[in-house]
Amino acid sequence: MATIRISLNGEVENEHQLDKETMTIGRKSDNDIHLDNLAVSSHHAKITTILNDSFIEDLNSTNGTYLNGSLIKKNTLFNGDVIKVGKHEIKYINKETNSDNDFEKTMIINTDSAGLQETEGSKEIDQSVGKIFAEITSSDSGKTSQQKAKIRLVSGANSGKELHLTKVLTTLGKPGVQVAAITRRPTGYFLIHVDGGDNSERPKVNDEQIGSKAHPLKNNDVLEVAGVKMTFFFE
Amino acid sequence: MSLKDKIIITGITDEGLVRDHNEDSIASNADWGLLVLADGMGGHKGGEVASAIAVDSIIQDLSKTLPLITPGNTDEKTGYSLESMSIEKAIKDANLKIYTAAQNNSNYEGMGTTVVVLLFYDNRITIAHVGDSRLYRMRDRILEQMTRDHTLLQELVDRGFYTRKEARESLNKNLVTRAVGVNPLVDVDLLEDIALVGDNYLLCSDGLTDMITDDLIEDIQLNYHDNLNKMNKELIKQAKEHGGKDNVSVMLAQVIKEFPANSGWFSKIVDIFSN
Repeated sequence: MATIRISLNGEVENEHQLDKETMTIGRKSDNDIHLDNLAVSSHHAKITTILNDSFIEDLNSTNGTYLNGSLIKKNTLFNGDVIKVGKHEIKYINKETNSDNDFEKTMIINTDSAGLQETEGSKEIDQSVGKIFAEITSSDSGKTSQQKAKIRLVSGANSGKELHLTKVLTTLGKPGVQVAAITRRPTGYFLIHVDGGDNSERPKVNDEQIGSKAHPLKNNDVLEVAGVKMTFFFE
Repeated sequence: MSLKDKIIITGITDEGLVRDHNEDSIASNADWGLLVLADGMGGHKGGEVASAIAVDSIIQDLSKTLPLITPGNTDEKTGYSLESMSIEKAIKDANLKIYTAAQNNSNYEGMGTTVVVLLFYDNRITIAHVGDSRLYRMRDRILEQMTRDHTLLQELVDRGFYTRKEARESLNKNLVTRAVGVNPLVDVDLLEDIALVGDNYLLCSDGLTDMITDDLIEDIQLNYHDNLNKMNKELIKQAKEHGGKDNVSVMLAQVIKEFPANSGWFSKIVDIFSN
């Protein structure tokens, strides 16, 4: 198990085992790691530990959280890393290394609490990881795929016309001139260059030509395909 | 209409250097432009059973449903093509078969499998996947990962805890958050895109991507672009030379000619302002 060693002005104050999924660091006494110093915010940072890996996250502290000298928001921790919170230094110690033996078989985390199956030795992992997984998946991201979107033409003969993107793959443009497609993926909507006709011009997003990779679309992006401008909206 | 002369398909599955059996399964049908790859896990012999059921069941299912589809139709409720809907259903059916088999035989308890399916039709593709087997596309000499792993690691990358490079070094790399056959129901990620002549598609189990980097995959594809069989062999060889700790499977598909369902496809497919 990983540990952290806390020191102030070079003197070691104490050591904590990272035995909880989340450990908060701060000046108030309700923190798991309580640092009574005015340079420390009331809830300054937290360390999340998942199996063998730990992560540091700054909790919008006044003076910031530094990792090996750099101001950070979120980072993975590696053995020997030094976190600085106010005047305190916190050394992360994790002797477990990624040796060949750790190259374990792929495991399935069963996140369906109703049908949780116990497989050899994995029960605890299922539970602890399943819980964290539920926590992180319940937050914002990953839901854009369900969101409806439309485009509105803002130039050309059909200016003002709207098209609801009801299909997962919608093609746009003029054959022989320029054809593009908008595709809905689990991670959001993307513009794809399909065919440039005789010229090598590519469709544009906010006046920049897109590359060969699918280009992610944001609300209010202005697209230009075959010389026609249109705005992309979420509904 | 057969796609045999329009899309070249290859596939190799290999035990690797450490494991004594192969839990991956692959299958393809060149006439339909269909590729299926599965990486099984769990149980005693469960992994190889789960991946074999998945691949067989999906191919069987699609052999019945695909011929009945008129190209160019969309499912009104979801916006997906009917081809995509058939693939999703085939994976869900396979899920239930594996789940049921696991419930009825204690040797198979807890087994599951990843799956990635690629289908070419009407100058388009559908990619369906569950788990951490991947699909990459090489277009204009640039490699793009089209699927997003269903792993704890990917969730953490998405939330900014890791960079992709750090993720490669993480200890938690082998935790799959979604698999076929583990629960009675499964969510399938579906993706539709346009296929272009010259595109090169790569399906693989994590035995490839845990061993070699995306950069090396890209280099190999560029070096062997004119010979798909050699490209496939080289990818397997490199995975083994870089450790070969897991079973490794790679399937490739290269588009050599357009494959419209009807001729004059551009005039047909453009949904807006073509006049």
